[in-house]
Amino acid sequence: MSAKGTGNTPTVWLRPPRHPLDARAPAWWRAHCLLGAGIPVVVLVVLALLLAPARGALLGAAALLAGIGVATAMVLPPWWYRLHRWEVTATAVYVRSGWLRHEWRVAPMSRIQTVDTTSGLLQNAFGLVTVVVTTASAKGALTIAGLDREVAADLTRRLTDASVRSGVDPT
Amino acid sequence: MSETPDGAWTALDRRTVAMTAVLHTGVAAGAGGPVVLGLAAYRPIGSALAWVLSVVVLLVGSGVLHDAVRCRRTRYRIGPVMVELRAGVLVRSVRSVALEQVRSVDITAGPLLRAFGLVVVRIGTGQRCGVGETTLELRSVTRAEGDRLHEVLLDRIRSAGGWPPGAADGRLAGCDPRWVRYAPLSCRTPLLGGAAAGAVWGGVEWFGMPGSLLDRARALLAGLPVAGTVAMLVTAALVVGAAGSLLAFTEKWWNFRLDREPGATLRVRRGLLAARSISLEERTLRGVELVEPWGLRWAGAARVDAVGAGLVTRSDEIDVHHTLLPAAPRALADRVAAVVLGEAVPPTVSVRLAPHPPAARARRLRRGLAAALLPVLGCLASGLVLVAAVLAAVAVPVALAVALDMYRNLGHGISGRYLVTRSGSARRSTVVLRRDGVIGWTVTQSVFQRRAGLITITATTAAGAGAFSAPDVGESAGLRFAEESVPELFGPFLERDRVPALPGRNGEPARAG
Repeated sequence: MSAKGTGNTPTVWLRPPRHPLDARAPAWWRAHCLLGAGIPVVVLVVLALLLAPARGALLGAAALLAGIGVATAMVLPPWWYRLHRWEVTATAVYVRSGWLRHEWRVAPMSRIQTVDTTSGLLQNAFGLVTVVVTTASAKGALTIAGLDREVAADLTRRLTDASVRSGVDPT
Repeated sequence: MSETPDGAWTALDRRTVAMTAVLHTGVAAGAGGPVVLGLAAYRPIGSALAWVLSVVVLLVGSGVLHDAVRCRRTRYRIGPVMVELRAGVLVRSVRSVALEQVRSVDITAGPLLRAFGLVVVRIGTGQRCGVGETTLELRSVTRAEGDRLHEVLLDRIRSAGGWPPGAADGRLAGCDPRWVRYAPLSCRTPLLGGAAAGAVWGGVEWFGMPGSLLDRARALLAGLPVAGTVAMLVTAALVVGAAGSLLAFTEKWWNFRLDREPGATLRVRRGLLAARSISLEERTLRGVELVEPWGLRWAGAARVDAVGAGLVTRSDEIDVHHTLLPAAPRALADRVAAVVLGEAVPPTVSVRLAPHPPAARARRLRRGLAAALLPVLGCLASGLVLVAAVLAAVAVPVALAVALDMYRNLGHGISGRYLVTRSGSARRSTVVLRRDGVIGWTVTQSVFQRRAGLITITATTAAGAGAFSAPDVGESAGLRFAEESVPELFGPFLERDRVPALPGRNGEPARAG
């Protein structure tokens, strides 16, 4: 019965979920990267203006940090956009996420307990929200970060409807 | 008390306050004694005593008063569909739990409680709403009332939920005094020994008597070579640790009984000083976990833990595992696992565990070598060549042996209604999980795993730790395992081709686009 993994058994792989995140997600990530690097850069530059003796080193560090920030903002978001995908079928929610460590998660519709929609300050500015689908498991939450508000509201309605309709004890 | 009509509000037992008074007085006496001694150095003993005594009376008095008010204002009621608890000294609260949500009825009695003939009853649900589980705690009621509550609650739950009666009611396992021989084999022994050594050392330094005892010990040890000293210290620590774990085991598992009570409920009773009774509905049981640390495996023994919904691991309790059977002979552990799960043949025996691909072994060997060589390199860098050589000679073979053992223990398989995964070396764990208890799958793949063609596949459940993993399984094999165990989950998202897997590499990358 058990899977062997050798011999002439067919190769199996997980296909990517059907839907990408909202097209604005890369811009949000880009802003996030730039802000994350930008705030320390500003602090370093201000310090450099105030502290004449260490000006060279501080400006150097600021330039390095700014370089890293710009590089990640250019290179990583398109890659993340390709990796992060989601799908909802009649029976299950399926999400792919992660970056260095890829992660595929699936939860059946009938075991969904709550569907939360949250949105950070920056995320909100881009009109995006995060949908968190929790099941009875302490480790089973699925997160879809970077959906359009309308799409998320629609999705939430669909998921709550489905979990109510199934009427199964979610544990 | 036991004549209380159902549906009426019941108060806690009044003796609770007396017990609290005794407890507080004891604590205050323990803390106050040294303070009096300390103060007596600076002022007459009479005045020191008066000061401390007045503070103690104030503290104990307010504590007892608080408990008296709490006890007076706490009421509980078991209705036909829910348990209600009215409590609160300043802020009044009414908490209610639907009977069908009750997952465990836990009765505890410490030595002091037992002296007063009292028990603490905890009624727990499995619901976790982000904050923590809801537990109604009745502190405290008489033993008779505790037993009555236990019976009534289970009775009500049964009529509310209507569970089928158990298949084999009665005693499933009882304590065998011979099991105590497994106690020193637990991984606690060296830890306890080390802690005892540390405590002795700290105590000697604290009381400032290194003159006599420590010097004599040092003189004794000075006569021996370094290896002899080390061996002697290690032996002493291990002997102390073994004695400690024997005592701990005896206290914890004294008069252990595992029963299946009418209405499909498992009940574990145990404990010497603190008698505990834990009831679990079998309906919420999702599986069992067979735990075999090194020592136990060597002695052919295993421990059985329950994997169930609502068995929340509470961090404030020392015993976070819901152990159904302490370290006992492996055959008995298998049998208890089978009986608890309601199977004729234990899934831990009937399952054929598939090994994981050789790449998983290579990963473990690499990690083991890195862990062993890091301190060696550190010693080399600081110029301790001899120490580095000794360390390398000892640590490298041990690390490699552990890595090989970890690989050998990796396995996954399906047996009837259950899926089984095994992993770990120092603490080998075999998890038997009901396939219909799996409420989600997670597949993760790190950069290193991607290059080796491996994935870690995790079943999420509403039970226990919430997730049980098969680490470093081949991509195709792992996904097929997930699909076979619970077809409706990953099934719709899998793609396959009929091309035979390439020799040496275990399947295609799981990422197809």
